[in-house]
Amino acid sequence: MVVNNPVLKIHNLNIRYGDSLAVKNCSVEIEKNKVTAIIGPSGCGKSTFLRTLNRMNDFIDSFSLDGQILFDGVDIYDRQSDPVDIRRRIGMVFQKPNPFPKTIYKNITWGPHINGYKGNFDNLVEGSLKGAALWDEVKDRLNESALSLSGGQQQRLCIARCIAMQPEVILMDEPASALDPKSTAHIEELITKLRKDYTIVIVTHNMQQAARVSDYTLFLYEGELIEYGITKNIFTKPDNQQTEDYITGRFG
Amino acid sequence: MNNFNLNSAKRKKNERIFKYLCQLFTWMSLLILLVLIYHVSIQGLHYLNLDFLNNYPSRFPDKAGIKSALWGSTWLISLVFILSVPIGVASAIYLEEYEKKGRLARLIEINIANLAGVPSIVYGILGLTIFVRFFALDRSLIAGALTMSLLVLPVIIIAAREALRAVPQSIRHGAYALGATQWQTIYHHVLPASLPGILTGVILAMSRAIGETAPLIMIGALTYVAFIPESVMDPFSTLPIQIFNWASRPQAAFEEVAAAGIIVLLLVLLTMNATAVLIRNYAQRKYRW
Ligand SMILES: Nc1ncnc2c1ncn2[C@@H]1O[C@H](COP(=O)(O)OP(=O)(O)O)[C@@H](O)[C@H]1O
Ligand SMILES: [Mg+2]
Repeated sequence: MVVNNPVLKIHNLNIRYGDSLAVKNCSVEIEKNKVTAIIGPSGCGKSTFLRTLNRMNDFIDSFSLDGQILFDGVDIYDRQSDPVDIRRRIGMVFQKPNPFPKTIYKNITWGPHINGYKGNFDNLVEGSLKGAALWDEVKDRLNESALSLSGGQQQRLCIARCIAMQPEVILMDEPASALDPKSTAHIEELITKLRKDYTIVIVTHNMQQAARVSDYTLFLYEGELIEYGITKNIFTKPDNQQTEDYITGRFG
Repeated sequence: MNNFNLNSAKRKKNERIFKYLCQLFTWMSLLILLVLIYHVSIQGLHYLNLDFLNNYPSRFPDKAGIKSALWGSTWLISLVFILSVPIGVASAIYLEEYEKKGRLARLIEINIANLAGVPSIVYGILGLTIFVRFFALDRSLIAGALTMSLLVLPVIIIAAREALRAVPQSIRHGAYALGATQWQTIYHHVLPASLPGILTGVILAMSRAIGETAPLIMIGALTYVAFIPESVMDPFSTLPIQIFNWASRPQAAFEEVAAAGIIVLLLVLLTMNATAVLIRNYAQRKYRW
């Protein structure tokens, strides 16, 4: 599928852990300021694919890849590309909320601080927390430990921490899977709000969630890209039989 | 339910027996410690006064004091701390965070574990050969401190590695995902979070260093020192050496002087440990997940 304004262009991507091929010959373009959902059964390579987009797989010794991932026209796996710089520009929210065991305030300011942020930190904290729809709940306890928050609040804090860096792309790996239904609704609402300013790629095993929050949907099965298209089309009239079987719950 | 033979009564009995057994052993070791302290106190308390802390050793039991040994131990432990903690923690960080986990890493790991079990006298011989003779440091404090540092390094490295490993991977990933370098991640998150565990290792190592005698005798630490060391090149004695020296004298009175020395050694050890435990508890309160 061709998109109008791609930020990430992935060409013939193969990802391996040792000898086993986790993602096979994948070519995708991710559109700017849209939400792209990655769906597929457990173990099909969704997280692997997502982590590759901001070089978070570098920490796995057996990981290797071939193919190209162009971000702003530059291959992020090129020798000259600095993974630290790429992660600054492509942020990530993880499956399990992982706030730092520090205060709420410091959770937000740490990333900007180490990256030499020159602006006003108080404003940054307020703006980021508002952006993550958490400000009202925590504005009176910014100096309390982030670990005193509920799971859903912790995850929104992680989103706030991520947007404080003003990344161009936000990657989310099943951000609501460890949360209760109410917190999940919160997060989904937040994603639809964030799509105005950010490009979001979200992995989810929850089909309704993909249908609700995303503009585009990408279906992976056993490491292969089966179908990629506008979410509405994928969920109403998918081209591929496997996609249809999966979204109607016949397997996975 | 018919397929289960619950046997509740018997299981409950076993449960109780096991609990009491554990309790018994715990109390037993505590009791032995108490008996030891009681025994030493009876013997040594009447020698323990300010004069005892302020006098140099003497061949008259009533005049004998522990001043030079106390200062020697203080010097030694400070030097060992300064030398071994940074090197030990840095090695642990390298092995745990930077080095690729391969065959070489395993080899190093096994070797360090083995080093922790090498008898202390062997370190003494090593120190004698390298520091005292080869580097011509003589019987100085620094030669003793270097030898002792070698001895406690494996303990610190192993404990620090354990502590680093216990920090959840998710914390590191959270930091990396914000555009942090590996060093920023380690310095700001991993190290503070592993501090309690590292401190436990440091406590163990320092306690070992302050009580260890054999390697120091091997490198020629003196048993009679009538001055306080003023530089790291000065000769020295330490508490356990002084105690050993007194205890091996024929006069019965010196046995009591030795007991007084043991009390001082125990007090120093307890103060050191208590301080470290306080710091550790403070650090632990800050990091919990
Ligand atoms: N660190 C790793 N080392 C080796 N194999 C891995 C690793 N992570 C994932 N895999 C393998 O890659 C495949 C895809 O996993 P993953 O990307 O986690 O799937 P998903 O997120 O879709 O559930 C699985 O077969 C999994 O076993
Ligand atoms: Mg996954």
